[in-house]
Amino acid sequence: MANILEVKNVSKYFGDFAAVKDVNFVVEEGGFFSILGSSGCGKTTLLRMIAGFLHETEGDIIIRGNSMKGIPPEKRPVNIVFQTLALFPMMDVKENVAFGLQRQKLGKPEIQKRVNEMLGRVGLEGFEDKKVTELSGGQRQRVAIARSLVMKPEILLLDEPLGALDRKLREHMKVELKLLQKEIGTTFIYITHDQSEALVMSDKIAVMHQGKFEQIDTPRNLYKNPKTAFVAGFVGDSNRFELAQSDGKQLVTKAGWKINKIHEGNPDVLYIRPEALILNPSSSGDAIETFSVTIKTILFDGSNTKLSTVVDDSDEELLISLPQNAEFENLQEGDTIQVGIHQDDLKCY
Amino acid sequence: MSVENKKGFNVTFYLLIVPVLLWLVILIVLPHIDLFISSFQVENDAGEKVFSFDNYLAFFRQKIYWLTFVKTAAYAIGVTILAFVITFPIAFYLTKVTSKKNASFLVLLLLIPLWVGELVTVYGWMVLLGDHGIINHFLMTLGIIDKPLNLLYTNLSMVIGLLYMSMLFMVVPVMSTLESLDDSLIEAASDLGASKFTIFRRIIIPYAMPGIVSGAIIVFMLVIGDYLAPNILGGKSSLWFTEQIYNEFLQTFNWNEGAAFGFLLLMLSSGIIWLALKLSGQKLEKVGS
Amino acid sequence: MMTKKILLGAIALALSTGVMAKETLKIITWKGYAPKALVKEFEKETGIKVKVTYSNNEEMVAKLRATRGAGFDLAQPSQDRITAVQKKHHIYQPIDYSKVKTDQIITSMLDAVKKNTAVDGKGYGVPHVYGTTGMIVNKKNAPDAKDWSDLWNPKYKGKISYRLKRPILIATAFGMGEDPFALYNDKAAYQKLIDKVEKKLIEAKPLVKNYWTSGDTQVEIIKSGDADVISGWDAKGWSVHKINPDIDFIAPKSGALGWIDTFAIPAKSKNVEGAYKWINFMLRPKNGAAITNASNYGTASKGAPEFLDAGIKADFERSFSKEDIDNIKWHPPVPDGFESIEAKALDRIKAAK
Repeated sequence: MANILEVKNVSKYFGDFAAVKDVNFVVEEGGFFSILGSSGCGKTTLLRMIAGFLHETEGDIIIRGNSMKGIPPEKRPVNIVFQTLALFPMMDVKENVAFGLQRQKLGKPEIQKRVNEMLGRVGLEGFEDKKVTELSGGQRQRVAIARSLVMKPEILLLDEPLGALDRKLREHMKVELKLLQKEIGTTFIYITHDQSEALVMSDKIAVMHQGKFEQIDTPRNLYKNPKTAFVAGFVGDSNRFELAQSDGKQLVTKAGWKINKIHEGNPDVLYIRPEALILNPSSSGDAIETFSVTIKTILFDGSNTKLSTVVDDSDEELLISLPQNAEFENLQEGDTIQVGIHQDDLKCY
Repeated sequence: MSVENKKGFNVTFYLLIVPVLLWLVILIVLPHIDLFISSFQVENDAGEKVFSFDNYLAFFRQKIYWLTFVKTAAYAIGVTILAFVITFPIAFYLTKVTSKKNASFLVLLLLIPLWVGELVTVYGWMVLLGDHGIINHFLMTLGIIDKPLNLLYTNLSMVIGLLYMSMLFMVVPVMSTLESLDDSLIEAASDLGASKFTIFRRIIIPYAMPGIVSGAIIVFMLVIGDYLAPNILGGKSSLWFTEQIYNEFLQTFNWNEGAAFGFLLLMLSSGIIWLALKLSGQKLEKVGS
Repeated sequence: MMTKKILLGAIALALSTGVMAKETLKIITWKGYAPKALVKEFEKETGIKVKVTYSNNEEMVAKLRATRGAGFDLAQPSQDRITAVQKKHHIYQPIDYSKVKTDQIITSMLDAVKKNTAVDGKGYGVPHVYGTTGMIVNKKNAPDAKDWSDLWNPKYKGKISYRLKRPILIATAFGMGEDPFALYNDKAAYQKLIDKVEKKLIEAKPLVKNYWTSGDTQVEIIKSGDADVISGWDAKGWSVHKINPDIDFIAPKSGALGWIDTFAIPAKSKNVEGAYKWINFMLRPKNGAAITNASNYGTASKGAPEFLDAGIKADFERSFSKEDIDNIKWHPPVPDGFESIEAKALDRIKAAK
């Protein structure tokens, strides 16, 4: 598929401060591309440059082969859904959605047709004449998205649009957004600090840290093979260990835990995902390292239940995911159990 | 003295409320009642006060009275509109364009005319606008004109004076509504293809409407009730309705007529505001908050 | 707690008795009629504390009418403004002329005021300060302006100003060759005359630069050069003359309008004795002259000329010839209801295009 958006060597300086540093990426047409990072990492700055509200200090932004240099926001083939949604409070639902179409001087019947169609698509039939202040959070969300999508943009930019919703609704809207995007096929660029949102919805995710992209990858790869220590720590849960020394075959943590792992160079940290650990491994093949741990406490949290343990013969604490099935029902605090891990799941940097 | 128990609370409450009520009743309600009653009295030949509608009817019978009122109201409406046109960009600049620190300094500058009082500013304008005043002197020195422009003692100078003393009362409420305007509304409109003009017309002005209307009410009331600017800057034909009331009280000594005029001013200007609220689709409760 | 209360009470008592002990005299008067220096001297001499409120004829009447003659111990209305108000509202009390040192006062003036302020045979005023309303003219730009009729002379278009109050109606009537004072006993005829005057002033309105509204604006408009021929008060004209010798006060040929401001005692005066003390104090030759020297207004104090500045005499002689003095039209008391005729005419003139 063709690249709809190309961001080339883009930097943005505010005085001496570099908010975005030499960022490069492409987005494929019809893709759902997320930029994931904590607040202040530069992701909003990047998005506002794509929308045209800020001008890049260096580099170029190219949409469908056309440079966006000097093109004001109202002329760019992109639309944005704001974090605050920015619905016009003095207008009702249909006026909000029709606002952009009216600016294109379309005929009244045409506008009405497209507005109704779009409201139908986001499930807001019958809400045309409601004041936006009378809507629930989820409905407001949909109006904001409809207002942008009705413009048939090349790219829809979304600036943490789920941030203001409560958790339940956010879970629900995640799925709904993903399905909507699949259905209409518009390219989405989605900004979030919530890794779960990014992982669930995106085709590709860029992890951003201090103005730079750490890694651009599919959600699965990002989770399985984080390329940098930051990504490993930021995406998903991990046990993190500071390494004291390494000799190419064995890693030794500062608290004295030794584990075999073929590696290169002199890594500083070791990341192990709780769910990568296997309880009572049946076989110990070449790639599986085994060791014993003592259970300190059981952190029950439904499907997310974890064991807090201490690795025997060391002081290292280790969190292990505990599958909620009959096999492990009898585990108790103070028990010692065998744990195994595949060498590939020992990520050191 | 326990304030917590029910009785103690009540005593404190009444102690606080009584001065307020006294103030309202003695200084505001009673004088108005007195004026209201006297507006329905005329003196008969024997010098006794008798009940009559004549004071009110005189307003409608004498062309000069209601013409003066119509003129006063028309000018007040005009000045209100001008105040809006001039101050809206200022309020927008102060809230949305310049930095917070600059804004508070500039607002302080705007307040200066209020510190010195209306009389001083009115005389200031006389010095500026006179035939041999600063503006004419400047223009003549530059050779732009060779005869002084007639600026002072005209409707223009009166409007300038009225604007100058009332403008600030438009800036403040408009600023306070604009302050709550989320910048992303402007960006969203721009993102949806709206020009700067459309954003002003469709987004910013409707959003600021409650502030605009409350500012307009204050400015309108100040202007229609002003006495100094029309009297001193206004020139020879600038009979203002307040001047007529003043004349009734102090020149003709017809206090009953003056009282009736006062109530007519109150009722007619309230009527105009009511109409303006209806037309702009605003509610008084909303505007007042 | 207790001691504190007692202490506070004691202080309050001390303060209130202190105030009570001091006799006060509340005067409502015109600016310049109660100079600070004289007030201080009077306070020192008599121990009476003087409180001065500045006002004008209209407000003086309005204030005293609102309180039915209370709130002030002494007022200073113009002599022509006393009888009509007194007949209707009873806001003053008769003057006990035996308590006034009449030998300090110019006799003819005292007699005139007694007569003009008389209600039911009792006089209500003592003359204090007098002056005339005439014209202030910029002689360089308008050397030929000599009479009231020059206030509607097209020659001075755009350079004319006057106050749109009753004196201009009277002045216009004189300028037109009429005698309005002669019609004070004939309301219908007076109404007719005022109608004629109104027509004249509306006709002449395009010639007017602006109507001045106070002593200050009067000075401002001629001093700034915005107008060259204006109606004005002698004292104001002479004060501008000191700054710009081209400008001077002139007595119009058809007669300057003379006014006398009096002392009158409000009906509910709380310090009548003090009021008489003040009247006698102010009319002492030296004190009468002090007011004239400071403000240029004439004084009713008989012995004052001895203490007058040389310039004052020169001012007067420059503006008034012997005939001019004889031709001064002194305001007689205004009959009841006439002010309303005038006010309506003034409104219509002001509103006219």
